[in-house]
Amino acid sequence: MISVDNIALHFGGIRAVDGVSLEIGKGAITGLIGPNGAGKTTLFNIIAGVYEPNFGRILLDGEDITDLKPYQRFGKGLLRTFQIAHEFSSMTVLENLMMVPGTQSGERIFNAWFRRNAIRAEEHSNRRKADEVIEFLHLNRVAHDQAGNLSGGQKKLLELGRTMMVEAKVVLLDEVGAGVNRTLLQYIGDAIVRLNQERGYTFCMIEHDMDLISKLCDPVIVMADGKLLTEGSAEEVKSNPDVIEAYLGTGMKSKTGAA
Amino acid sequence: MDILNALVLLFNYIIVPSVAYGSQLALGALGVTLVYGTLRFANFAHGELMAFGAMITILCTWWLQSLGVSIAPLPTALLALGPAIAVTVAIVLITDRTIYRFYREKRSAPAIYIIASIGVMFVMNGLIRFIIGPSDRAFGDGQRYIIKAQDFRDMTGLSEGLGIKTSQGITVLVTLFLVAALFWFLQKTRTGKSMRAYADNRDLALLSGINPERVVMYSWIITAALATIAGALYGLDKSFKPFTYFQLLLPLFAAAIVGGIGKPVGAIVGGFVIAFSEVTITYPYKKFLTYLMPEGMQPSGLLQLLSTDYKFAVSFIILVIVLMVTPTGIMKGKTV
Repeated sequence: MISVDNIALHFGGIRAVDGVSLEIGKGAITGLIGPNGAGKTTLFNIIAGVYEPNFGRILLDGEDITDLKPYQRFGKGLLRTFQIAHEFSSMTVLENLMMVPGTQSGERIFNAWFRRNAIRAEEHSNRRKADEVIEFLHLNRVAHDQAGNLSGGQKKLLELGRTMMVEAKVVLLDEVGAGVNRTLLQYIGDAIVRLNQERGYTFCMIEHDMDLISKLCDPVIVMADGKLLTEGSAEEVKSNPDVIEAYLGTGMKSKTGAA
Repeated sequence: MDILNALVLLFNYIIVPSVAYGSQLALGALGVTLVYGTLRFANFAHGELMAFGAMITILCTWWLQSLGVSIAPLPTALLALGPAIAVTVAIVLITDRTIYRFYREKRSAPAIYIIASIGVMFVMNGLIRFIIGPSDRAFGDGQRYIIKAQDFRDMTGLSEGLGIKTSQGITVLVTLFLVAALFWFLQKTRTGKSMRAYADNRDLALLSGINPERVVMYSWIITAALATIAGALYGLDKSFKPFTYFQLLLPLFAAAIVGGIGKPVGAIVGGFVIAFSEVTITYPYKKFLTYLMPEGMQPSGLLQLLSTDYKFAVSFIILVIVLMVTPTGIMKGKTV
C-alpha cells in the first residue's frame, strides 16, 4: 500500500529519520513502536507530507507521492491523526466532521451562488454521513457541542471519526491511545478493528500501549534512533533482545543475560 | 425644547460621525483580523493598502468624471470602486506571490512576517506618493448632504441643526451590506468554512484536504476588497491624504485587538468602540451642558476631556483598559 523507500530527514545535525525503508501492507493494521525520539512521528509527518524528506521516496499504491502537498495526499485517501488530538475548537462536533470531505462543489465561490441546489444535496449527504459517524462512535450527546470542550478521549474519537467521512485508503494513527482511559481505549480499539474489517481501511499506528499493540497489530515495526530496528509479530518483537535494549538502554542486555 | 436641542447636538457631533467613522474602522479592522487569522501576522501595510485602494478609486473617479459619467446624486466614486478593487486585489496577490509566499514556504516566525509587512508598507507608501502625491485630493461629487443642518433647523424649528452627509449614509449602508455578505460567506460557503477551519487549526486543516494556498488567496482577495472600500469611504467622508491613512493604522490595530484579534465580529465591535471613544472623549461638552443646566450654572470652560490632537492616544488607552480586563479582547480572540 505505502512503500517508504530509503527516507532520510535531518534537522540541523540531528538525523531524525536516517534511511528508513518499510512497507505498510494493504488491509493490515501495522504497529509502529520505538522509544521516544526514535523518529516515528517524524516519519508519519513525512508520509503525510508535512515534512519534505532530504532523501528518499514515498509510494502510495506504486505511485510516487513524494512531491505532493498534504492536501493532495489527503485527496488520494492518505489520512493521519495527531498524537495530541486536534480539532477545530470553535466549531461543533458535527461541523468538524462535515468540514472533512475535501472536494465539494461549494468550494468554488461561484458554485455557492449558482449551483445552490447541487450544493444543498451534497451538504445533505454529508450531513447524513456525519450523523452515521456520530452514531458509530456514540458521540450523539455531544454532537452539537463545541469541539474545544470535548474530553481528551472524545477528541480522539472525533479524530477517528474524521477519517470515516471520506473514502480513506490508509489511516496513520499517532498514539490514538495516549491519555485515554481503559474503557474508552477498548472502545477505540474495537472501532479500529471494525473499520479495518468492515470498510477495509489500512492502518498504521504509533502506540506505546503494548497491550493494544499485541491485540490489534500485525506486523509490528520497531524504530530506534531514526533507523528501522526490526519487524515481526507482536510476540516476536517483544522477545527480541535488540528491542529490549533499545527501550531499556545498553547494559540491560548484559544484565538480563547474566540473570 | 432645550433637551431636544441638546439631543440633536449630540446626534450631530457625536453619534453620526462616530457611526460613520466606526463603520470605516470596522471594514479596515476586518481586513487586519482576516489576515491575522489565516496568515498569522499583523499586517502593518494595511493602512497603506487602504490608501492604495482609495488612490485607485480616485484615479478611476477622475477618469469617469472626465468622460462625463455621473450617477448623481450618488458620488461617482461608487462606480470607480469596481475597477479599483480589481487593481488592489491584483497588487495584493502579486505582493503575496513575490514576498509573503517565500516566508510561508520557509515557515518563518510571525515576527519575520511583520518586518516584511513593514517593508511592504514603506514601498506602497512611496508608490502612492509617487503616483498621486502627498497633498489633499478631493474626489467627492454628487449631492453632498442627505439632510442639511439649515434645512433641519427650518423643518423642526430647533436652534440646533442636524446634518448628515451623503458619504456618511453610504458608509453605513455599504458597511451593513458588506458585513452581512462576509458573514454569509464565512458561515455558509465551503470556502468560508475552510478559511475558518484554517484559522482555527492550521495543522489539522492541512491534513484535512484543505488547500492552504487557496485559503490564503481568498483571504487576501477579501482583505483587499474591504480595504479599498474602507479607504475610499474614509476619503469620501473626510478627504484623501496619504499621511492620514498611515495614521489610521493605530486605531485599526486597536479596533482589531480590542474586539479580539482573529474574530470578525470582534473587529466590528472594536471598530465602533474605538470610534465612539475617540469622538466622545475629544468632544467639547460646553454647548451640550449649556442647554441642560439651569440659567446661571452654565459651564465657562470647554469641557473637553482631551484635545483632538490626542485622539490617537484614546485608542491606546481603551486598548490597555480592555486588555487588562479581558486579555484576549472582547470576543475572546487568539493569542500568539
